[in-house]
Amino acid sequence: MNYEVSEKGFYGPYGGAYIPEMLVPNITQLRQSYRKILESEEFQRELQQLLRDFVGRPTPLYYASRLSERYGTRIYLKREDLAHTGSHKLNNALGQILLAKRLGKTRIIAETGAGQHGVAAATVCAREGMECVVYMGETDIARQAPNVARMKMLGAKVVPVTSGNKTLKDATNEAIRDWINHPEDTYYIIGSVVGPHPYPDLVARLQSVISLELREQLRKKTGNTDPDYILACVGGGSNAAGIFYHYLGHQAVHLIAIEAAGKGLDTNETAATIKKGRPGIIHGSKTYLMQNEDGQITEPYSISAGLDYPGIGPMHSWLYETGRVQFLSATDTEALKSALELTRLEGIIPALESAHALAALSMIPFKSSHTVVINLSGRGDKDLAAYTDYITETEKPNQ
Amino acid sequence: MNRLHTLFQKKQINILSVFFTAGYPKLNDTSFILKELEQNGVDLAEIGMPFSDPLADGPVIQHSSQVALQNGMSLKVLFRQLSGIRQHVSMPLILMGYLNPVLSYGIEKFLEDAHRLGIDGIILPDLPPEEYEEQYKSLFEKFSLSNIFLITPQTPDDRIRKIDGLSDSFIYMLSTSATTGTRKSGFDAHRNYFEHIRSMNLAHPLLIGFGIRSRETFEEACRYAAGAIVGTAFIEAISHDEDLSGQISNFVRSIRLK
Ligand SMILES: Cc1ncc(COP(=O)(O)O)c(C=O)c1O
Repeated sequence: MNYEVSEKGFYGPYGGAYIPEMLVPNITQLRQSYRKILESEEFQRELQQLLRDFVGRPTPLYYASRLSERYGTRIYLKREDLAHTGSHKLNNALGQILLAKRLGKTRIIAETGAGQHGVAAATVCAREGMECVVYMGETDIARQAPNVARMKMLGAKVVPVTSGNKTLKDATNEAIRDWINHPEDTYYIIGSVVGPHPYPDLVARLQSVISLELREQLRKKTGNTDPDYILACVGGGSNAAGIFYHYLGHQAVHLIAIEAAGKGLDTNETAATIKKGRPGIIHGSKTYLMQNEDGQITEPYSISAGLDYPGIGPMHSWLYETGRVQFLSATDTEALKSALELTRLEGIIPALESAHALAALSMIPFKSSHTVVINLSGRGDKDLAAYTDYITETEKPNQ
Repeated sequence: MNRLHTLFQKKQINILSVFFTAGYPKLNDTSFILKELEQNGVDLAEIGMPFSDPLADGPVIQHSSQVALQNGMSLKVLFRQLSGIRQHVSMPLILMGYLNPVLSYGIEKFLEDAHRLGIDGIILPDLPPEEYEEQYKSLFEKFSLSNIFLITPQTPDDRIRKIDGLSDSFIYMLSTSATTGTRKSGFDAHRNYFEHIRSMNLAHPLLIGFGIRSRETFEEACRYAAGAIVGTAFIEAISHDEDLSGQISNFVRSIRLK
């Protein structure tokens, strides 16, 4: 089975570039140049040096002994939370700004949900001295306030988006509109494996450093490059794409993607795209999305701003359909519970997004001999308000 | 031959096309607006099929789309409203919108129903010309529907030629790369672009859209193309809670004397 993107930008029937003519020149330029630039020695030299000295890679692979004991298996955490800015998002933002520079662009735009991608974009823009405009839904501005403050301190302009549910989908619409209106000087650093070709492939390649490191780290720690299971949360699917990347052809490795079920799959307040959606077009890509019977995109819901998105990267639609990746989902409450569990067992406060991946630990019948890797995609500082509410709620003294 | 071909055969200058969002301001205004536009001398109409996430549109069309959807508009409802429209309206009619609702409806069924109701052309800005050519061209031809493509000041000449080759009625020329409703600049900055396109001697006529909102901008556009398309300005003009008929005739007269 082939999981690679085709020449025309498709994964099976998914992907492509369903964009209005206004975006065609920019997308064409990117499509024609991204592989050449990414694969050039001079680009790789700059990228690798910055991944090491600026991002802090490789991120550690940590054996979580008490968590392992709790679940009766061997659990490793890939510590993307320890990357600079606190999530995997910087791997991508850094690679893309180096690309943008080589394309002669001077102005950067980005969308953000949890604010982690916005912070990553603002960070690399500060480093390059480039103008940075980040679109963020008003709902997310309110629930991820620390990241808004960080972006502003980094010198980015944060533009509140008020359409739809005022979340990631709406911020992405607005970033695309900005790009349409600035066809010449602007580069759009998209934050996940979504959008028109070549973005999904570009972002997956830049995130693939996660599984590249993982293979080597596992070999050193266990004597085997391949674990039995890899678990990752999926919003658009970039941290999952990154940690699955070098294992896609290794069929013995079970790849598990966890979507946000919000208040439950049986409610309308969910962001479980694969479970609740069907194929269509969102943000220029043919993929699964949540839509009503008339083909209108429905508003998603999740407590986690980074997973609160009605679409999913086209590669994941294909990985789902081919059965290569198994899709599970975790509710708000399951994610909160798992976040607190990790914190109390291992002394690590995870991002709410990553907590969805942790929640899947109780859903899979692992053996004690299994090696299980969880992509800990980000740290939870930004989510302290939600965690504090949850703790107050669950740990109030019995009356 | 559809009505678009007949129109462009008969008339090569000062063509006025008006875009509006179906289901706005009120759900059942569609056929009334079409009749009024025709009575006021408009040459063709583009009926916007509202979408939840119109990413090439500015605030005015975003808002009209949202109101239309809240009013209950959908392709099924629109097609019901348009049944019998050909007893009242004879100008060419175009359906314009985003691809997802059309795919969801089923593209062949969509084209077949559009044809049956007397629609002449389709504009789906997010359907790539390459995919149209490979997968849908023969279906459009089967149902005598013209597919209309966009070009912008950034579209390279070889692509414009290719689009001209795929077109069969007219080409929608954007005055500038922008979302709808932009007031970015006057047309002066684009004179070179317009001149250049004219010098290419394309096989199909052009209508200029984006930024046409007054008699001056309409007349300026008509100096370079067969005519122009008004969208956002028209939607703004019918947004007041007053006599719809009066708003339409005042607006059309403010753009072009009959
Ligand atoms: C820490 C973290 N993990 C995961 C995600 C979800 O994105 P993706 O599915 O692209 O990895 C986000 C998005 O904001 C995030 O901040």
